Amino acid sequence: MTQALQFDASGGLTHLLTLEGLSRQTLLDILDTAESFIAVGEREIKKVPLLRGKTVVNLFFEPSTRTRTTFEIAAKRLSADVINLAVEASSTIKGETLLDTVRNLEAMRTDLFVVRHAESGAAHLIAQHVPPHVHIINAGDGRHAHPTQGLLDVFTIRRHKGAFENLTVALVGDILHSRVARSDIHALTTLGVKELRVIAPKTLLPTAVEKLGVAPYTDIKEGLKDVDVIMMLRIQRERMSGAYIPSEQEYFRVYGLTPDKLAHAKPDAIVMHPGPMNRGLEIDSAVADGPRSVILPQVTYGIAVRMAVMALILGGREEPAGRRT
Amino acid sequence: MSLIIKGGRLIDPANGVDAQEDLYVNEQGFIAGVGSAPAGFKAARTLDARGKIVCPGLVDLRVRLREPGLEYKATIESETRAAVAAGITTLCCPPDTHPVIDTPAMAQMIQSRAWRFGFAFIHPLGALTQGLEGKLLTDMEALDDAGCVGFTNALHPVIDTLVLRRALEYCATFDLTVFLHSEDPWLRGDGCMHEGEVSTRLGLPGIPEAAETVAVARDLALIEQTGVRAHFCNLSSARAVAMIEEARKRGLPVSADVTAHHLHLTEHDIGGFNTQCHVRPPLRAAQDRAALRAALKNGTICAICSDHQPHEPDAKLAPFAQSEPGISALETLLPLTLKLVDEKLLTLPEAIALLTCKPAEVLGVESGKLAVGDTADVCVFDSESQWTLISEAMVSRGRNTPFLGWKFRGRVTHTLVGGKLVFESE
Repeated sequence: MTQALQFDASGGLTHLLTLEGLSRQTLLDILDTAESFIAVGEREIKKVPLLRGKTVVNLFFEPSTRTRTTFEIAAKRLSADVINLAVEASSTIKGETLLDTVRNLEAMRTDLFVVRHAESGAAHLIAQHVPPHVHIINAGDGRHAHPTQGLLDVFTIRRHKGAFENLTVALVGDILHSRVARSDIHALTTLGVKELRVIAPKTLLPTAVEKLGVAPYTDIKEGLKDVDVIMMLRIQRERMSGAYIPSEQEYFRVYGLTPDKLAHAKPDAIVMHPGPMNRGLEIDSAVADGPRSVILPQVTYGIAVRMAVMALILGGREEPAGRRT
Repeated sequence: MSLIIKGGRLIDPANGVDAQEDLYVNEQGFIAGVGSAPAGFKAARTLDARGKIVCPGLVDLRVRLREPGLEYKATIESETRAAVAAGITTLCCPPDTHPVIDTPAMAQMIQSRAWRFGFAFIHPLGALTQGLEGKLLTDMEALDDAGCVGFTNALHPVIDTLVLRRALEYCATFDLTVFLHSEDPWLRGDGCMHEGEVSTRLGLPGIPEAAETVAVARDLALIEQTGVRAHFCNLSSARAVAMIEEARKRGLPVSADVTAHHLHLTEHDIGGFNTQCHVRPPLRAAQDRAALRAALKNGTICAICSDHQPHEPDAKLAPFAQSEPGISALETLLPLTLKLVDEKLLTLPEAIALLTCKPAEVLGVESGKLAVGDTADVCVFDSESQWTLISEAMVSRGRNTPFLGWKFRGRVTHTLVGGKLVFESE
């Protein structure tokens, strides 16, 4: 039901709301398309005319720097017109409902909304109420999904580690509140990694998480043993007040990724983080800046992956890519 | 108007009746005869009930009418009209109106408004504490006198256990029934659905089962201490059912109800953020639903109610957690209960008892039965009629229901309140 909304009558991707339910082939198609866009970012003139004349609105109901910026750059490299709207500061304060805000912008002939919202399901709600020619990309809804982050994470893994079948991957940190974790889990289980682990204290592990196809661990040393990929998650500092964790020191002591904990992973394991990082809380600077870290390449790949998603949704179906406007 | 309801299958569980019997209703609105006409009875009208079920008008333990305070959602007139179209002739409304039902004047106003429209009869519940604030007791004896059939703090848990103890003791003093919505507010937190597999998948904050069991345990301890008669509203979890069952075995004066939707839906029906399934307490897991169904059979749960909560469309057009909880449920109460008969969980007389005499007993009112001399609140339905629920055909102002498109068997054709024909299908 969550998934059906994402496809049009002919089975093409019309929105990207969650990675749950996307086929392995669809995921691989997106990764392959992203691969072709990497070259665009390395050229002198970093632009292709694929989305010329299309209007993209970055509709952010929650603050973001990295995600919003990379979406903006991605849209611009595809030659779309991009508008950034930080809505938490405008309409909602005046009492306008989420759907009213979207309908107003839709009346301005927007082709694609990139939506971030603090409530799980917000992107679904919008997708249910826009006409068929308007497309939605979920840029993070509550704790539910952050599909382009999930895609750029698996893109990063494929670039650095190759085939998914042989890999053991561990997600470490605040699984409970993390939309990134959920999208990573759906992508990695669909792509068929050998083993997927989640590592956290019980307060930060959601109920019945094993139903998502992961193996939960509370002991980080045990959980990191022989893994190929470590994906760290951000711990928000306000988790202390919710009594999820006692203190920064205690968390770092037990779950912070330090060189000695990293030593339990395979010698060639890579370390990832969706950012923004809390150095000294979930990750030691020696690891974040160390030779195994691929945290900055993740950001670079993020642009190519977002270009790929926009191109697939907006550029490639009924019309020949970029020809008509 | 005197009338005969002729040729139907009369099911009156309170009196052990299940037979083809004619029902005679006199001009004063009472049952004048069952099976045979009283001497000299003249009927102004005869209702042909051949092939239909004739039973007491349904008694619904929990209906939000939205009046006073939220008339943009619904009104006493609109919802009592919808009730009788669904065969419901008596309903009980919680005190969480605006203003709260914590004075005799408010209790009387609601009853007299219902009386004026002449559809279903309303029994209000009085607030257990003033303004439902959980601090000061209401004038319960006066509210009782003004027609309140019980007392509750509705969905506002009394956090201070000493205040709750005193409130229960005070109720016990006057032999009043207390209605409890047992939910621990801290464990509920910002939760909006059952904490389990689906909340994990959707990334929605969950309400753990312990939010119910912790509160039920606390409430049972105070019931035992005070000896008050208590009714648990809307059980949702298997463990809470087991706790009530055990308490009843020990002889505590407790009863419990369940909503029709908790007997049919689970957390999985929320699917892709379906806000129509946002209810409180939440829809739980399949094993919880199974336990609720079993509790109907073994008597731990004695009533099925609608927990009717009509909303305007916008209330559900929001991200799941921000949407308002509740279902417009009057019109599916009987059909969903009849489904349990089709599914062989209940016999038809058992199902009718759960909708009539048993909830009436919880309220301590003389409804839900059809012996000579009883008020002629009657529901006639065609148990074979098949139909599909569509929004446009709903009588309630609220069209918020997850059951649109469901196929049902059994539909109300006539409803009598106090002998007056208040609903008749074309």
